[in-house]
Amino acid sequence: MNAPLRKAEAAPGLDEALVEVRNLTVDFLGGRKPVRAVGGVDFDLRAGDALALLGESGSGKSVTLRALMRLLPEARTRIGGQLRVDGHDVLGLGRRALAAYRGGTVAMIFQDPGLALDPVYRIGDQIAEAVVRHEGVSHAKGRARALELFERVHIPSPARRLDAFPHEMSGGMRQRAMIALALACRPKLLLADEPTTALDATVQIQILLLLRELQRDLGLAVIFVTHDVGVAVQVADRVAVMYGGHLVEVGSSGEVIGAPAHPYTRGLLASRITPESPKGIRLATIPGSPPDLSDPPPGCPFEPRCALAIPGCRDGLPTRVPVAPGHAARCIRIGEAA
Amino acid sequence: MTAPTTLASVDPAGGAATAIETAELPIQGSRGYWGSVLRRLSRDPVAMAAALVILCIVLAAIFAPLIAPMDPFKGAMARRLRHVGDATYWLGSDELGRDMLSRLLYAGRLSLFMGVLPVVIAFFIGSGLGIVAGYAGGWVNTLIMRIIDVFFAFPSVLLAIALSGALGAGILNSIVSLTVVFVPQITRVAESVTVQIRNRDYVEAARVSGAHPFAVVRVQVLGNVLGPVFVYATSLISVSMILASGLSFLGLGVKPPEPEWGLMLNTLRTAIYVNPWVAALPGVMIFMTSISFNLVSDGLRSAMEVRQ
Amino acid sequence: MSGTAEPTRGAAPPAGGTDPRDRGGPAQPLLAVDGLVKHFASKGGLFGKGPVVRAVDGVDFAIAKGETLGVVGESGCGKSTTARLLMQINRPDRGDIVFDGELLGSRALDLKSYRRQVQMVFQDSYASLNPRLTVEESVAFGPRAHGLSGSAALARAHDLLRRVGLEPRRFGGRYPHEISGGQRQRVNIARALALEPRLLILDEAVSALDKSVEAQVLNLLADLKREFGLTYMFISHDLNVVRFMSDRVMVMYLGRIAEIGPADAILAAPRHPYTAALLASQPSTDPDARLDEAPLTGDPPNPINPPPGCRFHTRCRFAAEVCRTREPALDPVAPAHFAACHMAVPGSGHPDAPQLPMAA
Repeated sequence: MNAPLRKAEAAPGLDEALVEVRNLTVDFLGGRKPVRAVGGVDFDLRAGDALALLGESGSGKSVTLRALMRLLPEARTRIGGQLRVDGHDVLGLGRRALAAYRGGTVAMIFQDPGLALDPVYRIGDQIAEAVVRHEGVSHAKGRARALELFERVHIPSPARRLDAFPHEMSGGMRQRAMIALALACRPKLLLADEPTTALDATVQIQILLLLRELQRDLGLAVIFVTHDVGVAVQVADRVAVMYGGHLVEVGSSGEVIGAPAHPYTRGLLASRITPESPKGIRLATIPGSPPDLSDPPPGCPFEPRCALAIPGCRDGLPTRVPVAPGHAARCIRIGEAA
Repeated sequence: MTAPTTLASVDPAGGAATAIETAELPIQGSRGYWGSVLRRLSRDPVAMAAALVILCIVLAAIFAPLIAPMDPFKGAMARRLRHVGDATYWLGSDELGRDMLSRLLYAGRLSLFMGVLPVVIAFFIGSGLGIVAGYAGGWVNTLIMRIIDVFFAFPSVLLAIALSGALGAGILNSIVSLTVVFVPQITRVAESVTVQIRNRDYVEAARVSGAHPFAVVRVQVLGNVLGPVFVYATSLISVSMILASGLSFLGLGVKPPEPEWGLMLNTLRTAIYVNPWVAALPGVMIFMTSISFNLVSDGLRSAMEVRQ
Repeated sequence: MSGTAEPTRGAAPPAGGTDPRDRGGPAQPLLAVDGLVKHFASKGGLFGKGPVVRAVDGVDFAIAKGETLGVVGESGCGKSTTARLLMQINRPDRGDIVFDGELLGSRALDLKSYRRQVQMVFQDSYASLNPRLTVEESVAFGPRAHGLSGSAALARAHDLLRRVGLEPRRFGGRYPHEISGGQRQRVNIARALALEPRLLILDEAVSALDKSVEAQVLNLLADLKREFGLTYMFISHDLNVVRFMSDRVMVMYLGRIAEIGPADAILAAPRHPYTAALLASQPSTDPDARLDEAPLTGDPPNPINPPPGCRFHTRCRFAAEVCRTREPALDPVAPAHFAACHMAVPGSGHPDAPQLPMAA
């Protein structure tokens, strides 16, 4: 089904994908009706690459990210499909293997550093402890690594800041400290869940540049979840647009932003205000609201709001249609004269 | 209203076409907050079982004259301290030969009354004081809360005994002293909840609408404060029942021969070696009733937690 | 209610854009703020109070009738505190608020009649609605508090809900948690409009919304402004949105105004290096225009101890000696365009300042 895309994406030769997601589905149980938050997502990511998952609230982007780390509450979620990260079958990991996988292979940063940083421990000790637990080295070695990491993420006067508590740092510094903690055990994949959304633009750009630098220097693969097109472009070379639990369009950021193929991506970009938007015009909007995921539309998730919808759009989820090399979208009307 | 309604003077169809939202919401009447709380509470088996126990005890107390097999005041010295399971006295008889079952049923009236009434009175006084202190802030808050703090210096049991002792024995005095014990506790909870609510954006929006503070409190604050305070108050009913029983036990509350669980526990304590099961029965009633109130209170608390 | 506005009203019917409550005519600013100061005592230790947070530290500006003034700046710059001072949620320590020529607190303009004319929409659409009230009850609260009967207030609430694009029969009886974020923010806008204000303060009112919803709400705000002849103070961190919405823009830094002037002029050719840095920090959607260096380093400083001289000099790449010692005044740099930067003022002593004319 996704053959054309895979061909376009898989690099030639032995360059295996670090992340392989195949038909990932996530259902939340426990409510009156199960909610299909992710409805079958496929993508690959090579080591050292950065991918932005772009979508609005309820699109399933954060859930996809959490599934990669198995952070969803097990009792109330059902995950289907295949997740392979660096050779691990993520969904089949046992408890011990999962603990080693989290932090050792994959690490995550959040919008709220409070989710990652313990408020009652000094940050340096938190990082040292993570290193000790994963690598079995002495506490002193762990502290040394913490200092190295603080320098790595450009925290000024790092030796002094190691002894700070999270609340003693400013927002941007806390975000850097959380990145340092995430890097403590040398992960190969960094998952970022809107880590800059709560920051001022002046600080946000610093964090985005830091992530790009880490990606380049450490060969870190990054999956960055965001709702902001500008942020996605700044941090990632490839963009995957999510809507209603599905990946509707994937491609290089230049392709997706410059020549969007899916009607949702087009609508999303058209409703954005750019420095060029003439004043006083009516902004283009997408009518309606996102689908109810406990009762998703039968075919294309965007069909109820789509200006280009035809009856055929309701006959099942559209397959991926290649638009250009490395650029594909799930829309049956691509290729017709649009 | 003197201001001309400029809004109404504009043609509703005119102006730019603002798209009417047509979200695919089910067009069913929404249940309201308390409706959804009750629905969640009804799904909580523990709370429902406890509520059923309370209902049974309350009904038994109300209809005691109809269901009690004997006169609770009439004893027969020849038939003292019969055991549980006796052919005539199903739950045995007490130290004066009175039927335990009948006395336990009648005793529920006074015990429930003394458990619930002080909490109800304290709920109104404490919520009032707490909301005033929390909403007004400043010196009003300092005045009320510092006075309240004085009461916290004494353990509630001691305070209740001291007040009852000072006022003299009797049902009314017990209720007064128990109320005084609970007012500070409820005031403190009401104050802290009010301070939280007061700084919510919607209360500020209501304040900047220029509404009178009473209107803001009545519409925007009250409903959000009374819920949590109510839950807290229900958890005090069990404490009140135990304290009331304690006062009666000490001879500071209900006077014999009036049936009341705490008092019965007191008068039967001499029989504990002769007939331990009968002597323990009033205690069992106190325990069952108070734990049931606590379980309902816990269920209510979790049913009221609404997340977005 | 207070009767203060009655004499000027009476005759003129509300038509052709002139508001019967208008007093000074179009040339008189709707709102003028002079020397606004608010310091908060931060939490101290065990004894006494902590250092003073200079949240708003001497701010003057005016908003003309019918215009939109955009306000931008990092967190801690004082933009939200300014909004709360204007709303009188917090009382300013110093400074005058003059509304359509009348000083707030004078006999001509008491707080109650001022509040009817100035309303605010908060950022958090959920926190700003009472979870125990239905949508229509929340909107009807203000009119009821001002003396409308229950049914009349409800009728106005329905009218307003329809006006903000929510079918009253469908949404009026719903509770805040039953509707989406965009719909909630429409309710908040309806609630703010229920008292027929002339000035609406929008404090990050669209910032928490998804982009496609944000566009809907911005369109709505533009419609309402035209329909009701409103004046907006539009606070946002998104410079693109501010430029799109505003006639003039005010840039704040550490409790002071750094630059104020026509939106197009300021955002096309900023005169204050802070404005330029803010602009450059907005992530561009052009993959070929990615930044390689952050325009500013570090976090916005804490307004507890603003640096001496120009408050921005600690982060400014053009800082010279004069910036460390002398605080620049908010001086005119172009028609209706003011900037508080030594580089913009001839003869300020900054090496990059324009030369004084030779005649001097």
